[in-house]
Amino acid sequence: MTQTAVSEQVSGRSREGIAQRLAADLRDGFVVNLGVGIPLLVPKHVPPDVEVILHAENGVLGMGPLAAPGHEDPDLTDAGKQPVTLITGAAIVDSAVSFAVVRGGHLDVTVLGALQVSGRGDLANWYVPGQNPAVGGAMDLVAGAREVWVAMEHVDRAGRPKIVERCTFPLTGRGVVTRIYTDLAVFHIVTGELRLAECAPGITPEVIRARTGVPFVEA
Amino acid sequence: MIDKFREDALAALAPILSGATIAVGGFGSSGRPDTLLDTLCDLDRRDLHVIVNNVGGDFTGIGRLLVEGRLRRVTASFPVLPDFYTEYFAGRVEFELIPQGTLAERLRAGGAGIAAFYTPSGAGTMLSDGTFPLGYRADGEVAASIPAKEHRVFGDREYVLEHGIVADFALVKAYQGDRKGNLRFRLSARNFNPLAAMSGRHTVAELEHLVATGDLAPDDIHLPGVFVDEVVLRSELSPRMGVMTRRSA
Repeated sequence: MTQTAVSEQVSGRSREGIAQRLAADLRDGFVVNLGVGIPLLVPKHVPPDVEVILHAENGVLGMGPLAAPGHEDPDLTDAGKQPVTLITGAAIVDSAVSFAVVRGGHLDVTVLGALQVSGRGDLANWYVPGQNPAVGGAMDLVAGAREVWVAMEHVDRAGRPKIVERCTFPLTGRGVVTRIYTDLAVFHIVTGELRLAECAPGITPEVIRARTGVPFVEA
Repeated sequence: MIDKFREDALAALAPILSGATIAVGGFGSSGRPDTLLDTLCDLDRRDLHVIVNNVGGDFTGIGRLLVEGRLRRVTASFPVLPDFYTEYFAGRVEFELIPQGTLAERLRAGGAGIAAFYTPSGAGTMLSDGTFPLGYRADGEVAASIPAKEHRVFGDREYVLEHGIVADFALVKAYQGDRKGNLRFRLSARNFNPLAAMSGRHTVAELEHLVATGDLAPDDIHLPGVFVDEVVLRSELSPRMGVMTRRSA
C-alpha cells in the first residue's frame, strides 16, 4: 500500500471526542493505565455508572484527579511526576508489585498514544531515532495488559497514515494492540487482522481507506 | 545490641569506593535519597555505576553526580535530564536502558537470590535484540551495544531473559525508620526504594523521621531491617545542596 499523504481535510472527532468514544467502551470494574496525550483526557469522559480503577506505574492503584494548587504532596505523584490525589479505597504498592499488576494480567486495559500501529497490532510509541531514548513502563504495559487500546490522530502532522503495513519507528511490542481509536474510526485487531469496527460520524470507509496505510476488513 | 543509626552520613557512606555499583531508590524526586546522594558527591567518588529509574530533571540527586562527572554507567528506564544524553552521546557515560518493570524486578530478584527470570517486556524490540547503543566513542560512533538477550517461547508468547541485580551498595529514602533498620514509606515515594534496598549488599537508608524501636508495629513495617545496614537522618539542607555550579570541563 502507498503511504502518501492525503491533503484533503476531513472533520472527524476532536481529541476530546476520541477520548469520549474510547471511554464509552470501558466497563465497570476495569483496572486501567493511561499513557500521555489523548489517553489523559479519558477519565473525565468515563460514564457515571462505570467505576474504573486507575493504575499509575509508580505504584498507585486508585488514582484520582490532579492535586489542586496548594494541595500538592511531593510524596504522591502520577507516572508523569505530576502531583495527584487518591480516590477513597486507593492502595499504594512498590514498583515491583506495580509491574506485577501490569505483567501478571491484572490490568484490564492500557490506553496509549502511538507514533505508528501496524495492521497486525505492532506498536511503535517509545522512541523517535535522533531524539533522546527513554522507555519508562511502555514495554511492560504493552506486553502485560490484557488489552492495549491506542488513542491517536489517524494521520501524522504531515498527513501520512499512522496505521501502517510495517512500523518504521522502533517497536514497543509486537502484535500487542487490540483496538485503535482515532478521529476517523474505531478498529479492532483480532488474531492479526485489522477490522474497521466503526466510522466516526460523517466519515465513510473510503475516507478512512485513503488515510490508512494497510488494508482492513469492514466488520 | 543492634543500633543501625548513624549521626554522620559521610562516615556511613565512606565504605563506598570509586568504581562501585549503587542501586538508588526514587521515582523522579519522589522518594529520592537526596541527603545520601549529596553526601556521596562530597565523598568525591568516581567511576560509579548507578542503577536508578530516572536521572531526574535537574542538577540535584543523580543529576549532580552526572554533572560532576562521577558516573561510568547508568542503568535506567527514563533518564529525563538533557545533560545526561549529552554525556551519553559524547561517550562520557554508558546507558543501559531497560523497561521500568524489568528494572524493578531485576532489583527484587537480585535481592531475593534469583539469578535471572524471563519476562515478556521488551521481547522483539531493540532493547533486547542487541542493537541499542550502550555507549559511544568520542567521535560519535557506537562503542558497544547492550548485548542481545536470550529469547524463549513459553506457551504462545515470547519472553526475554533478564538478570537479577546485586548492587555493591543501595541508597534509599524512607518516611520513618527505627534503630533496627525497619522502614516505612509514604504514598508513592515508596516506588523503587524497597527493591533497591533488597538489591544492595550494603544498604543505607535516609529517614525523614527516626522513631523509637517498637513504634512501628510489626504488621506496618514495609521493609524489615534485615535488608538495611545503616540509617541516617535526612538533612534539612539537602533539597538545596544539589543546586550547584555545573562542571566546567
